[in-house]
Parts: sequence; C-alpha cells; structure tokens
Amino acid sequence: MASLIDLANPTRFMRLSAVLLPWLAAAAAVLLVVGFYLAWFSAPPDYQQGETVRILYVHVPAAWLAMMFYSMMALSALGTLVWRHPLADVAQKAAAPIGACFALICLVTGALWGKPMWGTYWVWDARLTSMLVLLLIYLGIIALWRVLDEPSRAGRAVAILTLIGFVNVPIIKFSVDWWNTLHQPASVFRMGGSTLDPSMLWPLLILAAGFTLFALALHMVSMRAEIMRRRVRTLTILEAERLDRLAAQGAPA
Amino acid sequence: MRRAFLAILRRDLTLAARAGGGGELALVFFLTLVVLVPFALGPDLNLLSRIGPAILWLGALLSVLIGLDRLFQADEEDGSLELMRASPLPLEAAVLAKGLAHWLTTGLPLALATPLLGLLVALPVEGVLPLVATLAVGTPALSFIGAAGAAVAASLRRGGLIVPVLVAPLTIPVLIFGVSAANAALGGTVPFRTPFLILAGLSLASVTVGTLAAAAALRSAE
Repeated sequence: MASLIDLANPTRFMRLSAVLLPWLAAAAAVLLVVGFYLAWFSAPPDYQQGETVRILYVHVPAAWLAMMFYSMMALSALGTLVWRHPLADVAQKAAAPIGACFALICLVTGALWGKPMWGTYWVWDARLTSMLVLLLIYLGIIALWRVLDEPSRAGRAVAILTLIGFVNVPIIKFSVDWWNTLHQPASVFRMGGSTLDPSMLWPLLILAAGFTLFALALHMVSMRAEIMRRRVRTLTILEAERLDRLAAQGAPA
Repeated sequence: MRRAFLAILRRDLTLAARAGGGGELALVFFLTLVVLVPFALGPDLNLLSRIGPAILWLGALLSVLIGLDRLFQADEEDGSLELMRASPLPLEAAVLAKGLAHWLTTGLPLALATPLLGLLVALPVEGVLPLVATLAVGTPALSFIGAAGAAVAASLRRGGLIVPVLVAPLTIPVLIFGVSAANAALGGTVPFRTPFLILAGLSLASVTVGTLAAAAALRSAE
C-alpha cells in the first residue's frame, strides 16, 4: 500500500512510468509474438472445431481483460471516493476506452467464431448478453466523462456510476453456471483443474499474459497522456487568468 | 425531519401537477409508444397479445427514463438543491422524497393506465391485473435507479440523452423479471409468484442502493 501512496504524486508517477513503459511494452511484444506463433503454427486444430479454434486464443484473453479492466475501474472508483487518491480518477478514465475495446473485440471474435460453429453470429445467450451490457456500461461511462468538463467533479460522479455498474461483472462470470445456455461453461479456471490439453492451454496462457501486459502498457500511456492533458488545462486556465488580470490593470489607464 | 420530508414530497407533487410538470406528459408518451408498435409490427392481434406485456413494459421503461434528467437539474438551477444540502434533513431523505414523488407522478399513473392500453394490444383479461401489479411493484426500481443516474448528471447544462444511456443498462434485470412475471400469469411453466417476488426484491434493493448512490453523487458535486 505504501507504494500506492508514493505514486499519489503525479510527477513521481510520470518518472516511474517513463522507466517502466519500454520494459512493459517489450515484454508484451515478446509474449504476443511467441503466443501468436504457438497459437497459429504449433497448437493443433481442435478435433471438432478445426482451425476456427484459433479465434478463441484472442477471444478468451479479450473477455478476461474486459472484466479485469472493469474491476480495476471499480477499485479506482473506491480510490477516488474513499481515499481521494489523486491518480485514481486518472487511472479510471484511462481504463474505460481500453476495457471497452476488449469487450468489443471479445464480442466480434465471438461472433466470427459463432457463425461456423453455432450457425449464427449472435444468440441472446446469458453470457453474450451480459458482455454486451458490459460494453453498454463502458460506453455510458465514456460518454459521461466526455460531457463533464471539470475533471475532479467528473471523477467522483463517474466513480459512483462505475460502482453501481460493477454488479454486472459477477453476473458475466457466473452466467454460464447460473443459466445453462449455449455458451460453454468455464474450462480454464475451474475446480479440479483445466479441461484444456496442455498443447492448447500454454499458447492461451502465454497470449493472455501478453495481452494483459499490452493492455497495461496502453493504460500507462493513456494515464500519462491524461496527466499531461490536465497540466495543459491548468496552465491554460492560469494563463487566461493572468491575461485577464493584465487587461484589468491596463483598462483604467 | 418528517415535516421536511413531507414538505419536499408535497412540493414535488405540486410542481408535477402544475404546468410543465412532466407527469401527464409521460403518460401521453407511453400511449404514443404503444400506438406506434402496431404500425411497425402490423395489426396482427394474435402476435400483439403474445408480446403485449413486453410492449407495455418497454413503453413504461422508456416513459420513466425520458423525463429523468430534469429530476435534480431543475433544483440545481434554481438553488433549491443547495438548500436541501444545507438543511439538517439528511440528503438521503431528500432524495427518497424526490424519488417517491417521481414514482407517484410517473410510475404509478403508468401502472394504473395499463388496463386501457392493454386493450390496444389485445391483452387477455386474466393477464391485466398481474401486469398492473408487476408495473406497480417494478417502476419504483426504475425511478430510484434513474435517480442515481439523474444525480450524477445533475450539474450538466445539456444532459439530454446521457441519463437514459447511463440508466438503461442498469434496468435490464427489472425488465427481465417484470416481463417474465407478467408472461407467467398468462400461462407457462413458471408460477407467477417466483419472478414476481424476485421483482419485488429487485425493487427494494434498487430503492436502497439508488437513494444512497444519488445522495453520494449530489454530495460529491458540491
């Protein structure tokens, strides 16, 4: 927790993230290259699904990340509301578009896989629907960020909305267990171990790690951009006030 | 404290009864939506009676959502929200009074108007009363989830569509159980009681969570 408090200083965060970012990006690139090589060339085609199983190497990490980023946003929302951590709302704002992108990737890859396998791009299955709702909540949060212009007030308003929307995340996770519909139940993280063969599990895990690091790197870039954007905003306001004062002093003369 | 609560409630009810209140406009909007559906689907009464509960629920949901952005905005503009924040009455109680007034002027009239609108979609007689009951029990959830969204957007000059966009995904569980309870009354394998009790539970939970969240949002916007 001490490290989180240290990071409360934006300048220190900028310095630390500038050092970390290249390493994070490089590690993500290596893992993604290795993972995609394994997934495309070394992993065997599925005995039922054939080559389309390779879509799932992107689909599954995207789904995990969409939920992970929402959970991170909910934690940041707590950070904004409870601890008033100055970077929490920056982290939250930066995470929203990335999470939304992964939710969209998950839905699109799922649809592309669903057409040959299930015979349809879309069904109103519990897990598909709850993922779509997650995307809608993401879009609502992004829209709210865009209409509220004052960052600190916007941060707290969005934080409350994020926490209310967090109800949906456990629903997505357990939807396949609660409603026994078309989407298959959990097969990687389950009681009694994974049902995947190691030849498919390893590429999936490597790609998941690669996508996670890639997403975290994107998140860091986006946070840095947001901090700089706020600095520019503050400087612009200060400059405008200075010019205003100068004009007021000059007016009587 | 009770006097202040009743004063806010009475004030909102009076405002809604006078011109521009929005309560009766929600009803007219509901009627318009239900009238539009047969034009889109064709006047097939068998089809309409099968999807009647869904049409009426969707209409009620949209009618509640459409006026929500003004719930706290008007008070923010004329300064009465400042007075509520400064008063010894907890902000939660003020939100509860305002949400209750909103439900009494939109949700309840919508539920009471359903039997008439049911005729337009050829709703079977035995389905009318359960549908009214599901709307009466379910619309408080819409009002209070909506209050949380409206509070988040209270200080916006041009809120417009943002409140429905924020609130609509959160109302999906209410819609699911409201429609399934209304359909269960028309026959099917599930008894009416099961989804109806879940709907009542959702409603109670939404009133609590919505009130707390709306008060927190209003407080943070100071």
